[in-house]
Amino acid sequence: MIKNISNLGDAALYCDFGNEVNKSINSQVIKYFNTIKEKKFEGINNLTPSYNKLIISYDLKKTNFKEVKNYVENINAKDSININSKKLEIPVCCHENFSMDIKRLEEILKLSREKILENFLNKEYFCYMTGFIAGMPFLGDLDENMRAQRLETPRVKVPKGSVALTEQFANIYTFESPGGWNILGNTPLDVFDSSKEDKPNLINPGDTVIFKEITLDQYKNYNE
Amino acid sequence: MSSNYLDIIRPGINTTFQDKGRDHLYHIGIPFSGAMDNRNYLIANKLVNNNLDSAVIEFAYQGPHIKYSGEKINFAVAGDVIFSIKKKDAEIEGKCYESYQIENGDEINIISTNKSVYGYLALGGELDLEFQWNSCSINTKANIGSNDGKKLDAGQRVNLKKINSNKDIKKTNYINTKIENIRVIKGTNFEYFSEEGKKIFYEKEFTVSKLSDRMGMRLEGPKINNIVNTNIKSEGLIKGVIQVPADGNPIIMLSDHGTIGGYPKIGVVASVDYDRLVQMSPGSKIKFKEINLSDAETLFKLYEMETQNLLSQI
Repeated sequence: MIKNISNLGDAALYCDFGNEVNKSINSQVIKYFNTIKEKKFEGINNLTPSYNKLIISYDLKKTNFKEVKNYVENINAKDSININSKKLEIPVCCHENFSMDIKRLEEILKLSREKILENFLNKEYFCYMTGFIAGMPFLGDLDENMRAQRLETPRVKVPKGSVALTEQFANIYTFESPGGWNILGNTPLDVFDSSKEDKPNLINPGDTVIFKEITLDQYKNYNE
Repeated sequence: MSSNYLDIIRPGINTTFQDKGRDHLYHIGIPFSGAMDNRNYLIANKLVNNNLDSAVIEFAYQGPHIKYSGEKINFAVAGDVIFSIKKKDAEIEGKCYESYQIENGDEINIISTNKSVYGYLALGGELDLEFQWNSCSINTKANIGSNDGKKLDAGQRVNLKKINSNKDIKKTNYINTKIENIRVIKGTNFEYFSEEGKKIFYEKEFTVSKLSDRMGMRLEGPKINNIVNTNIKSEGLIKGVIQVPADGNPIIMLSDHGTIGGYPKIGVVASVDYDRLVQMSPGSKIKFKEINLSDAETLFKLYEMETQNLLSQI
């Protein structure tokens, strides 16, 4: 349930479902997201579900904080329509050409490169949300001993396909973008395809992802 | 084959097609995009008798040099822009907020924006552009929108689908006002910052960094110290959010922003000041001033009324 609603600026509602990150809180967020999305309240122009928050932005020309808050408080959130969750294998190359932050991770985690890869690869991760950049999946949870903070100053350019870690999460940069996560490898897969307007994302909330290591040669030949 | 078209002789630094933008896509990671300075975008369209949500050419700093071929058409430039019009017999200096009629062989040369960032070139007609999710706005980071999601390039040709039959020449006396203080509403992580950090945020001057674009504006200046946590669990963002990463330098989210972020939010720019914020060029000084939600709503209403009033006079 929503624990608190506040304003994020003058054109968005900040719905707080708590501070923990787990599937049960995330499914509450998704439940509200689906319900509000279906109802098409006049003026609401975007919804951003995340681990434990839902941000509802609205057109200040059409409505305001009070109206949207009142609407959300009185909503009867229905159980989510069962989405067809998939299990996906994502090839990742962790060659030194790609693993830009491996030294940093070795230092922070006090683990060797081999151990870091062993801990990361071949495990199931749950997709909590997509976003930041189009189609980027937020996957979790990493093992306890794999958790590192973001870079102090985000990179201006993170290469497309980068597989990166922060705290208990992994993600994939679907195209070149600024970003502050610790880069471990790179996937040759296209995780976002804007030509598919109704389903541009390869990985969607609720899906399960497993990273499988590939060599540099396999990486180079992947799209041929 | 269209018989009315533009040839791009020089594209400019960051020239894109923009319209009202696209909504309802944050949850898959796609921001609004659309014209950065909404008021100037609307005025540009009105000056050439277009529908207000028509696509225009947005440029930053240096704009495009264009050669036009086809039947007579009107165009107008909105913003604070230096440009010229080359006709067969003469080259004249252009004025913003006035429409001009050009004909086959004429050239428009957008030399630069003046102490601002974005300018708008509207043509009296409909550009032949592809739509993605109901908008032709180009997001160059995600390669979404018309022109394969890429900025305009030298040598390319842009066709016009139709030319407005209404060729009335329009003019308005609008002047872009500069503001020293950007008004902000307290962010959801305001309490993450030290008392000194909060004071710095509201009292000190910041400088707009060169590392600013349609996605975000990075600021330099005194560091804002965080005393709780320099990371939060990633959550949704909206344009205008001011995030402060661990290095203490604020970043303001702009129209092509990432939809999710994990840095604490110290504030959010009030909607009323967004159009003027995006026009602040690198090196400009910014000071933030706190306002509450209800004042922000009222100020935006007044700003919107002023916009409608301006448009109705054109």
